Amino acid sequence: MTDMTAIGSIQHEPQFKINWVDAGPFIALAALLLVGFLVNPEFLSANNIANVVTRSAFIAIIAVGATFVISSGGLDLSVGSMAAFVTGVMILSMNALAANLGTSAIIAGIGIVMLAGVLCGLVNGVIVTVGKIEPFIATLGTMGIFRALITYLSDGGSIPIDRSLRDAYRPVYFGSLLGVPVPIVISIVVAVAASFILYKTKYGRRCAAVGANEDVARYSGISVTKVRTIAYVIQGACVAIAAICYVPRLGAATPTTGLLWELQVITAVVIGGTALRGGKGHIWGTVAGAVILELIANLMVLSDFVSEYLVAAVQGVIIIIAMLIQRLSR
Amino acid sequence: MSGVANGKTEAVAPPHSLVVEAMPRPVLEAKGLAKKYGQVSVLSDVTLDIRAGEVHAIIGENGAGKSTLMRLLSGYVEPTSGSLWMDSAEVVFPKPAMAQASGIVLVHQEILLAEALTVAENLFLGRELTRNGIIDDRTMQRITSSKLAEIGCRVSPSALVRDISLADRQLVQIARALLDNYRLVIFDEPTAVLTSDEVETLLAIIVRLKNQGIAILYISHRLDEVQRLADRVTVLRDGKMIGTYPGRTLSQMDMANLMVGRELATLYPKKSIRCISEPMLEVSGATVPGFVSDISFAVHKGEILGFGGMIGAGRTELFEGILGLRPGTAKLRLRGESIHIRKPLDAIEAGIGYLTEDRKGKGLLLGEQLASNLTLSALSRVHPHRLLRKSRDREALVHAVDTYDIRLKSYSLQAGQLSGGNQQKLLLAKVLLTNPSVVIIDEPTRGIDIANKAQIYSFIHKLVETGKACIVISSEMQELIGICDRILVMREGRISGEVTGADMTENKIALLATSNVSMSKEFQGVRHT
Repeated sequence: MTDMTAIGSIQHEPQFKINWVDAGPFIALAALLLVGFLVNPEFLSANNIANVVTRSAFIAIIAVGATFVISSGGLDLSVGSMAAFVTGVMILSMNALAANLGTSAIIAGIGIVMLAGVLCGLVNGVIVTVGKIEPFIATLGTMGIFRALITYLSDGGSIPIDRSLRDAYRPVYFGSLLGVPVPIVISIVVAVAASFILYKTKYGRRCAAVGANEDVARYSGISVTKVRTIAYVIQGACVAIAAICYVPRLGAATPTTGLLWELQVITAVVIGGTALRGGKGHIWGTVAGAVILELIANLMVLSDFVSEYLVAAVQGVIIIIAMLIQRLSR
Repeated sequence: MSGVANGKTEAVAPPHSLVVEAMPRPVLEAKGLAKKYGQVSVLSDVTLDIRAGEVHAIIGENGAGKSTLMRLLSGYVEPTSGSLWMDSAEVVFPKPAMAQASGIVLVHQEILLAEALTVAENLFLGRELTRNGIIDDRTMQRITSSKLAEIGCRVSPSALVRDISLADRQLVQIARALLDNYRLVIFDEPTAVLTSDEVETLLAIIVRLKNQGIAILYISHRLDEVQRLADRVTVLRDGKMIGTYPGRTLSQMDMANLMVGRELATLYPKKSIRCISEPMLEVSGATVPGFVSDISFAVHKGEILGFGGMIGAGRTELFEGILGLRPGTAKLRLRGESIHIRKPLDAIEAGIGYLTEDRKGKGLLLGEQLASNLTLSALSRVHPHRLLRKSRDREALVHAVDTYDIRLKSYSLQAGQLSGGNQQKLLLAKVLLTNPSVVIIDEPTRGIDIANKAQIYSFIHKLVETGKACIVISSEMQELIGICDRILVMREGRISGEVTGADMTENKIALLATSNVSMSKEFQGVRHT
């Protein structure tokens, strides 16, 4: 038993040991790359990989935010609708400002979309924490509200970006920095910033504590309301950043933008090793999870084994397997 | 060690007419029982028997192997070597159900009942009686009534478990265990959550079972109960069997010494005469809706103030209300200055630390590392910079391990991997890291072994010697008497009296805790004045 050990023999450094739960998503990622290569050597080409990772960027960025929410013991179902709504707000305001500001309207639009994202997150957070409504129900409500708002704003059609801005804005999705596509760079920056907040600041420590056991956190003098609300605000900001990357790719916001993203986002977080009931968050696992989801979709397109119409089904199977692995490894 | 045990026989051994001269046959025998997990031996070479109509107590510190032994005997764990015998035939229990079929039932320490179901539904959970495939509620209720009456429990079979008291839940759990045929009943720390009155009821039930010729295996931390009940006592230490002794030949101190393996000086530190004059924390008109009404008291610098009373008297709720952990109102003055506490953080910042009674549910993050647990309340104090530094976490932990004698194998353990006593020391260290001037400790030694108890008491004494004030809430009257300078006793949400000095006796406290209680419907058990 631990309690009878003499003090002299306390180990100072943790033994070097691979934590298989933590390493899981990366091993899965490597295995997937190998399978992909065997199925179709084209799969591992730099071009294809860059393409896949770029496409996974939105989900990755939003899922990084979701890691905070889930780590703090919450859940956000509204991210897909929120993405559509803030994209709509961004395009509308950029288009309105384009006449006066020219291409600087893009900068203004970025500011506006960030504000919109943060406010949407704040609304979610306040409903959950101050209103004391189950996160599932609260964000199910706002999910409907955001989706209805984008449908209303677009009048059921689409909100295209103004022609005068299209070329100036294009590089945010299609450009590259030192050979790396811009969305990948943005994802990495977001993930680095997020892991910094989650692992190196007091807020991050408190966030994991609130998710692990709300009572212990409360008795330790931590404001559960504040910590959870901030997690939703971070989620909102991440949705806004994803929207910024997304606009040049489609050039418009429509009522179907971001449809079912919440499922992919939650799947990425769970595959990444963060427990759905809260506790320690795994930012890089989440990023790997988002890439895995996109890789599988890509693999299904490149191979002829399974119809690509079944992509969502395969992703569904994956989330169940991930949960089973988490359960069995405990 | 044997010198302690065998040397003295109690001068006034109560005449015991029921002592059976011819040894009754053993119901269950264990021969050379051992359990290893990998290379780690948790129990080795235990040989004992439990006879019909006797109470056989197992005592030992936390981690001594009591729970493992109990699990081996009731089929939850299979032994690595050794054998079990019933009626001179060897038996194996690969599953708890098989032990149960042989008449061995285990009354769990934790209350494992479905709160949203009725008493009768709980009793028959998983083995409901049916008639033609339809649930037969009437028969189950009838059997429940008679089973409950058998053990002196007066709750209605149709009451919801969530509406009955903790003590009644414990009794329902016992009734559930006794639904089957039973020859040996194993009680695992049955009195851990009960108040003294409730304990009496339970002990009476155990004596009744014993007189019916049932064999009882009784595992407990409370040596006074063991001394009263046990016909024989087996002592375990560090997974080894120290010996089996006739129950009434051992004093509590003998038992404690056998468990620890060395002479315990005294459990409680000597009370020093401290100058107690300056009020540290003054509380007036504290009200917590539904629990506490209009309580006023003060604790002084250098004083240990006790709060006694029964579970449910509102002691915990009083302090949770004062500290912003639940809705309540109170006027507070700290060192003569008025303070306002709206949320838990206000209390911590004002310098009032609170150690919850619920160590595992509200005190520690069991799945997190020791260091992050330790520093959780004092993050800004430990990490004055914007960023967290591992080295500062580690320094704080090394210091706490050293100061509070937390025994561990590695600094990178999770809090849940420590034993109860060491968890409690970690929690104490966590609260004291916020540098409070008033420390409120709710049930300081619940569920921890005697060596750790003594240490916690000495830490509490050191606290007040450095000029802090300390409030101790406890259901163990001996503990309050042993360490406090003054004891306030609560009953039904009010302070019913104060005892100091030579007045601090169990009788006085018990009287204040229970007197004027009307014969309420939950009331059961024998009243003694």
